[in-house]
Amino acid sequence: MHNFDFVRPSTLAEATAAMQAEGAQALGGGQTLMPVMKQRLAAPDTLVSLAGIAEMIGVCEKDGALVIGGATTHAQVASDAASMYPALAALAGMIGDPAVRSRGTVGGSLANNDPAACYPAGALGSGATITTNTREISSDNFSTGMFDTALEEGEIITSVAFPIPEKASYQKFEQPASRFALVGVYVAKFADGVRVAVTGASEGGVFRWSAAEAALSGNFSAEAIEGLSPEASGMITDLHGSGAYRAHLIGILTKRAVAAAH
Amino acid sequence: MPNITMTINGRDMSAEVENRTLLSSALRETLNLTGTHVGCDTSQCGACVVHVNGKPVKSCTMFAVEAAGATVDTIEGQAHSDGSLTVLQQAFQDHHGLQCGFCTPGMIMSAAALLKENPTPSEAEIRDYLEGNICRCTGYQGIVNAILAASGQTAAIAAE
Repeated sequence: MHNFDFVRPSTLAEATAAMQAEGAQALGGGQTLMPVMKQRLAAPDTLVSLAGIAEMIGVCEKDGALVIGGATTHAQVASDAASMYPALAALAGMIGDPAVRSRGTVGGSLANNDPAACYPAGALGSGATITTNTREISSDNFSTGMFDTALEEGEIITSVAFPIPEKASYQKFEQPASRFALVGVYVAKFADGVRVAVTGASEGGVFRWSAAEAALSGNFSAEAIEGLSPEASGMITDLHGSGAYRAHLIGILTKRAVAAAH
Repeated sequence: MPNITMTINGRDMSAEVENRTLLSSALRETLNLTGTHVGCDTSQCGACVVHVNGKPVKSCTMFAVEAAGATVDTIEGQAHSDGSLTVLQQAFQDHHGLQCGFCTPGMIMSAAALLKENPTPSEAEIRDYLEGNICRCTGYQGIVNAILAASGQTAAIAAE
């Protein structure tokens, strides 16, 4: 890969300043960015490592939400958040493999917004609020398409607040080689309604399946969505599965998630 | 070029690296610790797994400069100082947990990380934890048996 300047700030203020440089790119755990750089699909002039910023690492419960620092690894979320928000901790514990989870971070995953990544479903399904060094962004407005988000140049995800639902579950149908979601469905039941977020399926990236949300908000049971599946148009078709197959999987996985929610 | 110091297998070692140098390259090419293998270089195969500050990582997908000041443990540091094998290494030999041996450094490092987290894993937990370590010779049964044996669960092997 092309060489680059490397900085490892220890405070958010230093990181924000470093991100002002031309061609600067934030580095979380590098589990996506490094393969992309090896393929020379990205060649940042400067990498700003976020791994040394203590204020961006850790999990806590605040005002009914699980708040995760942007530079917190999947492994830490899987272990430290298990008692606070078990479904989201379980999602983190299913990403990639143990070595990937030692490095990959929630902020990196959300900022990258891979259409088959798990965290975008957890964030949108929970109705999370993404806090950056400049503002707060609702998960409903965060994803703007495949690998595209509302983040501006130089913006860093500092923390993410996931409102803790009454019950929730993430069901992931893995593409066995990559371990990304062929389809993943996150269902969360709150006192005021149900949210259903789908990853891996749509050409537009993560999305809410509103028909299922409406049906489940009236009756939170798998029967409530029997026979329901979204339109196959706009679903990803690739060598791993057709759009119609993915649409079918969404219905199945949503039912499984409702049954498994706790 | 940056000069970084890491505590590798208990010894402080310094290396001059480029910012883009991978941890796997620094270990193998700069520090001559060639026990860490590079199979795919794309984070898939797990042959390059080492421990950084006690956690398993794929050293082909971490920059060496990110490991500055860290504690790094590699396959070379596993055996006892007299050269005798650890219980886990010996179990790999006893249970035919390797054939060509290319994946073995990563398998041992991942298995050691697993046993630290979970001293008596079930077969399913072992297979799940080794999801990111690929072996193209033996299949996985010998590897799983070795880890069961190393965790004192010989009954679980006999039951198969």
